[in-house]
Amino acid sequence: MAEAPLAAPLVPFAALGQWAIGIVLALGRFGTFLLLAVATIVSPPFKVRAFVDRIDYIGFRSLLIILLTGGFTGMVLGLQVYFTLSRFGSEAFLGPAVALSLIRELGPVLSALMVTGRAGSALTAELGIMRITEQIDALTVMALNPFRYLVAPSILAGLITFPLMTALFDTVGIFGGYLVGVELLGLSPGTYFGEMQTFVDMRDVMTGFWKSVSFGIIVTWVCTYKGFHVGHGAEGVARATTQAVVLSSVLILVWDYFLGTVLP
Amino acid sequence: MIKIEGVTKSFGRQVVLRGVDLEVPDGSITVIIGRSGGGKTVFLRHMIGLLRPDSGRILLDDVDLTQLRGRALDAVRDRYGVVFQGGALFDSLTCAENVAFPLREKTRLTREQIAERVALGLERVGLGDVKDKYPAEVSGGMRKRVAIARALATEPAIVFFDEPTTGLDPILVNTIHHLILELHRRLRFTAVMVSHEIPEIFQIADSVAMLHEGRIVEVGPAAAIQASPNPIVQRFIRGEPESGSAR
Repeated sequence: MAEAPLAAPLVPFAALGQWAIGIVLALGRFGTFLLLAVATIVSPPFKVRAFVDRIDYIGFRSLLIILLTGGFTGMVLGLQVYFTLSRFGSEAFLGPAVALSLIRELGPVLSALMVTGRAGSALTAELGIMRITEQIDALTVMALNPFRYLVAPSILAGLITFPLMTALFDTVGIFGGYLVGVELLGLSPGTYFGEMQTFVDMRDVMTGFWKSVSFGIIVTWVCTYKGFHVGHGAEGVARATTQAVVLSSVLILVWDYFLGTVLP
Repeated sequence: MIKIEGVTKSFGRQVVLRGVDLEVPDGSITVIIGRSGGGKTVFLRHMIGLLRPDSGRILLDDVDLTQLRGRALDAVRDRYGVVFQGGALFDSLTCAENVAFPLREKTRLTREQIAERVALGLERVGLGDVKDKYPAEVSGGMRKRVAIARALATEPAIVFFDEPTTGLDPILVNTIHHLILELHRRLRFTAVMVSHEIPEIFQIADSVAMLHEGRIVEVGPAAAIQASPNPIVQRFIRGEPESGSAR
């Protein structure tokens, strides 16, 4: 039997309800996608070749951009923090200020944003093109699980490469700050590194580590999901890529704030 | 035998299949013809388990595919080979690696045995010299032939062809059709092909089914379909636009 048409005042509520149901369904699909990926990661057979390929794709090929942005972020920090501290006569604290900013906050966040722009977008576009050219369907009809070949290796690679790239970003950034603070502005090297040793402890390093691990999961999860569920044609791939980058970036910042309030 | 009973499928409000019934005998070449956008590919995707019908059954040797999930469905797919419309070759692999892929991932053959099978497979489709080229480096016709070689690599019992000649010139269309016929004679697989290549398709089909507005309106041997009095079939064969349709 056909449903009776809704009374006019109820139509906006029906639309709102449909929108809410759509959101809940999408979140459900998004969550199920990660659960399936995790189930695939922990169950054999393991696709070592695909995993190594993803390490190269997400990690190794992002090295240059990480080195560049890490170095210049440290230099900018060195410059700005030095001038701020000099107003209070506390230039000696430049080392810890640069190191803590990088290790706890800027390292994980900026390296994740950079990798999202470089590798995340490419990951979505690659999977999207594989979807619209039926390459993912080809895997399925060969009775081969596309998650095992395409999604699980990317998420596992994200989990491993993000902390490594963050460590690299932090290290290069600290030397960028050293270059400006010590070589350019005349702070003593002993003060720069000595104060850093005093004020930076393992808790700070672990905070940055957990942030980078979670960003690795978030970025690869969002980007593979968007690529896997791409719309039609080139426009669908373009839209999915944009959505993947925007959503990953927003989630990185939101999750960073959340972790900042939870982690010591 | 593949037996399709009353398969229906809608996407939102758009009804694509309205109760499709068809029987595909073992060892035959069955071709599904019909206008573009008429649901042929959707129907094929149901048979290979990429789509689930809203209602109806798809029986392969009396096992209903629509009820299968996970490994049980994969076990059925192990008997399948599929040639997709665009070939669906993996861009990142060479032509030889594409053909080797299902053998490498699904069999326990040694590297040497796989190389031998790949060389034989590519030779069979007349492409002995492109094995180290990537799909983007070969022509459309070659890509289709590599896709056929890949689909046949594991020697499947049933091979599905989704418009294998789309976008090819008439000579290549004939070449691919005769290649499929030749391979079918040699390997004796059951072939299900979606096509709108009229009249070339009648030369290779054992059985032809016409899908029109979500239903099979006529099915039978190629000669019987060509001589069918059904006006829908005749209009399609002659390429006459339906009354009221845009020219």
